[in-house]
Amino acid sequence: WVCGNWEGLTVLGRMEIVHVYTRLRGEFGRQCLFSDRPAELLVDVPPDPRLAQDFIQKNPRDQALQACRDMSEHQVNTERFESDSCGINHVEGGWPKDINPQEMEQTIRYRKKVEKDESYVNSLLTLGSVMEHCIRQNNAVDIYQEYFEDEDEVEESPEPPSAKTINVFRDPNEVKRTVSCLSWHPDGGKLAAAYSCLQFQRSSRDMSLDSYIWDIENPNRPELTLKPASPLVCLEYNPKDSHTLVGGAYNGQIAYWDTRRGSQPVETSSVEQSHRDPVYKIIWLQSKTGTDVFSASTDGQVLWWDVRRLSEPTERLVLDLSREGNLDRALGAVSLEFESTMPTKFLVGTEQGVVVSCNRKAKTPAEKIVCSYDGHHGPVYALQRNPFFPKNFLTVGDWTARIWSEDIRDSAIMWTKYQTSYLMDACWSPVRPSVFFTVKMDGVLDVWDILFKQNDPTLSLKVCDEALYSLRLQDNGRLVACGSQQGGATLLEISSGLSTLQKNDKSLLAAMFERETKREKVLEARQREIRLKERSRSEQSREGEPGREDADHGPDQLIAKAQEDFYVVTEMERRRRDANQQPPTELEDVDVT
Amino acid sequence: MPPFPSQAEVEETLKRIQSQNGVQGIIIVNTEGIPIKTTLDNASTVQYAGLIHQLVMKARSTVRDIDPQNDLTFLRVRSKKNEIMIAPDKDAFSNKTSFLLY
Repeated sequence: WVCGNWEGLTVLGRMEIVHVYTRLRGEFGRQCLFSDRPAELLVDVPPDPRLAQDFIQKNPRDQALQACRDMSEHQVNTERFESDSCGINHVEGGWPKDINPQEMEQTIRYRKKVEKDESYVNSLLTLGSVMEHCIRQNNAVDIYQEYFEDEDEVEESPEPPSAKTINVFRDPNEVKRTVSCLSWHPDGGKLAAAYSCLQFQRSSRDMSLDSYIWDIENPNRPELTLKPASPLVCLEYNPKDSHTLVGGAYNGQIAYWDTRRGSQPVETSSVEQSHRDPVYKIIWLQSKTGTDVFSASTDGQVLWWDVRRLSEPTERLVLDLSREGNLDRALGAVSLEFESTMPTKFLVGTEQGVVVSCNRKAKTPAEKIVCSYDGHHGPVYALQRNPFFPKNFLTVGDWTARIWSEDIRDSAIMWTKYQTSYLMDACWSPVRPSVFFTVKMDGVLDVWDILFKQNDPTLSLKVCDEALYSLRLQDNGRLVACGSQQGGATLLEISSGLSTLQKNDKSLLAAMFERETKREKVLEARQREIRLKERSRSEQSREGEPGREDADHGPDQLIAKAQEDFYVVTEMERRRRDANQQPPTELEDVDVT
Repeated sequence: MPPFPSQAEVEETLKRIQSQNGVQGIIIVNTEGIPIKTTLDNASTVQYAGLIHQLVMKARSTVRDIDPQNDLTFLRVRSKKNEIMIAPDKDAFSNKTSFLLY
């Protein structure tokens, strides 16, 4: 076979690449001698643009590149292995095969054999000593004795008092009104809020008159709308019948609702017979019929009503301290307090800062007003007796909160220091006798625990940016609702430390109140003594002056008296000097020596 | 045949334990689960022997799993009414484990 030359064949459009290699046969097997050769172009295939027409251009193209190893994911699962838990009931031990467990003789013989085994003896002796040790241990001390098992409620790490907001119920109307009063449903699931604008002549025409009852679970929509003729300033659920509410309106009327009957009041009192000023507080009374209420307003009257017949009040009392029933001299009432354990007495807080204690069952109207407690510089916005110590009551007004004892008239027995903003409402906690809550105009809710700290609130929370106007605690003591100026009623939950009764609370608080009351009594007695002494002294020095009432020195009289004294003294001095001038030599002698 | 002196010791030990205050009964079980000696009735003995054996095995294996150098020395099972005290023998493969009711 001889190599020949093959020519490259050219076919139309395609070219076969051929390389010719010739070799003489005799040169086969010789070693290769390689040599360098410059590169030579074998074939050049220019791009054919016509081929591009078969393709569609795609611009831009998203192509992910990653310079890493290609990996693929595989899952492997072994075959399911079925396992089953079962116990073996060892009926009769693992007897060796040749022994029949039923036969007593064989088993006894086997046992005896084992007992003779040396290892058995040895191990049993060691185990016996171990066992004895533990038994003796058991007998010596009951190692599992429960110490302190009665006292597991002692100190559950007193957590710092806290409160958290649960819900905020906002006034759905455009024009926001103040939440002037809140009242809890007797079962606690609902909150009634009275909305009104308390600032004088600030209420606009399009301000809604409605007040709402909220279900505490649903802050989006009020459960029921109450539509009075005039905005409600105060609103109260009937503690006996949870369907009925009574509200006092801005124009002085009283309205009575039944939630089963819809939004319109069942009855409204007549305008002529009602108050002439907004009704600031209305309270249900304890009566056999359960339909009595009484209301107070800044027109100076306290009116009693029977809700079945709101056309006119059943009784009237004018808060005139001079006991003359003079409406012009009457004090405007802003708060009212009634305690069901003392049904004949009630307290009224007035705009003038005086708290008046009244007796409903007095024979004559003059005797209705028993006494007054003068303590605040401004209106007494809240007034409540301590539910555990009814003789002591809390008042809030100007910038302080004061606790009073009924027996001491002159001053409160305890008071907070002057706060930075006005206190608007306060109430005692229904579960802890020493805890009370106050709300202020800077939107802060203060919780005071007077057994813990008297100078500062135990807990101070900023509820909202606007002023808080009303406050009410639910009967379980944990939920607090406070209403703000912009119509937002906030619901908070108090930590359990502040809402559970501690063991010594009542006795400690009783002791504290007694101590303070005694202190005030002592001060009062001392004051009286001083006054008595002064009176007797001034009486002695003015025996010549008839009919002079030294008890009340008006400022003019004091000035006149001072002037007179001055003249008398100067007169005396002049006379003395004249007397001295007569023997001048004697005087000089005296001076020299 | 008179018992060995050491066997007498064994008897004495057991008597001593039994006489301790509060001991209700003693059961001695070997590795196969056969109760060798017991002061209780047969039915309870067999029941205890079967059940507690497994418990001891489990407890021992637990202790040794956590620390192979460690070993179970004593096991107390305290219940409302009484306490079962178990003293397992040193070697797991030895013949004897004994326990008693307290």
